[in-house]
Amino acid sequence: MNDMPEDGGGVVKKFLYVNRKAPYGTIYAQESLEVVLIGAAFEQDVSLAFLDDGVFQLVKGQNTDDIGVKNFSPTYRALGDFEVTKLFVEKESLAERGLTEDDLMEIMYEDEDDDWEEKPSITFVNKSELAAIMADQDVILSF
Amino acid sequence: MSILHTISKSPFQNQSLSSCVAHASSGDAILMIEDAVYGAVSGTAAAAQLAEGENISIYALGPDLSARGLGEAKLAEGINIVDYDGFVELAVEYDKTQSWL
Amino acid sequence: MKFGIVVNEGPYTHQAADTAYKFTKAVLEKGHDVHRVFFYHDGVNVGTRMSVPPQDDRHIQRNWSELAEKYDLDMVICIAAAQRRGIMDENEAKRQGLDGDNIAPGFRISGLGQLIEAGVQSDRLVTFGD
Repeated sequence: MNDMPEDGGGVVKKFLYVNRKAPYGTIYAQESLEVVLIGAAFEQDVSLAFLDDGVFQLVKGQNTDDIGVKNFSPTYRALGDFEVTKLFVEKESLAERGLTEDDLMEIMYEDEDDDWEEKPSITFVNKSELAAIMADQDVILSF
Repeated sequence: MSILHTISKSPFQNQSLSSCVAHASSGDAILMIEDAVYGAVSGTAAAAQLAEGENISIYALGPDLSARGLGEAKLAEGINIVDYDGFVELAVEYDKTQSWL
Repeated sequence: MKFGIVVNEGPYTHQAADTAYKFTKAVLEKGHDVHRVFFYHDGVNVGTRMSVPPQDDRHIQRNWSELAEKYDLDMVICIAAAQRRGIMDENEAKRQGLDGDNIAPGFRISGLGQLIEAGVQSDRLVTFGD
């Protein structure tokens, strides 16, 4: 596999991965996560946005034993180890789908700049805050 | 930084168009391609939604309109038609592109 | 200006690979550069040379291959997505113990890092999908 980071010329861009699809029904969520994991090696300024059906990706208690598909949800909890620590979840998308913040997995990271204190990776934002985050990016990858 | 938003799905099929409109900022542009061009038809809920955006330019891809039998007379007011060259020019003009897949 | 293009859907079922082709062609004809075209998800299926569409239909794979030849395009198929869907080059087929390869001219198989690198290196990254 040729997944070694190539010379980015020291360029650091703001990358936003936009997740708007539910897991399992289609492969997009899973293959998006694979991009995030590989992309972490490139030391870019990475954020993930979860809106619309994308919020279903983070629901806790996923069990795929009986559908014969890999449960990739534990990987979200490991994102902190890859220094992917900015996950933005849209409040309106949750509410429209009958979900609350408590329905989502707890995703933490250890802040190396703050004595390795454990902090939540998820920030809940409203639509206009998410629009501002989108506007602030250099590159937007949608899945 | 300005965004060129592209939508490719019919607004009668899924929420991409309305979600896009809700997240577009002043100074952005929205380009409807493929089945999304059905959202450009006058009198539809989608066209009304698009018209609500403040200071957001709305475009539809001409070749996709023609393919679907949608003449200019069917389109809502304020929708600009571009071809593939125009699509490229929009991508250059706006700082980045976001596809609402 | 330098473009990166991402194609997330395969040929014929969705229009995405057609729109991406028309867009990429327009980018090149207007004198811009294309740093890379990256094929992901079912988009990897564009890169099989075994596709034989009817005479009166467009040949999506051949269109891309010819564009690549004319403009020296870098067209990359994601290896992880390709392995799942059975798109193989000679090396990969051998490595997996398969009886043949099917990659089309002008395409090469490489890692997902090539997508990120395209995002870093390009002035604009444009995604086509479903």
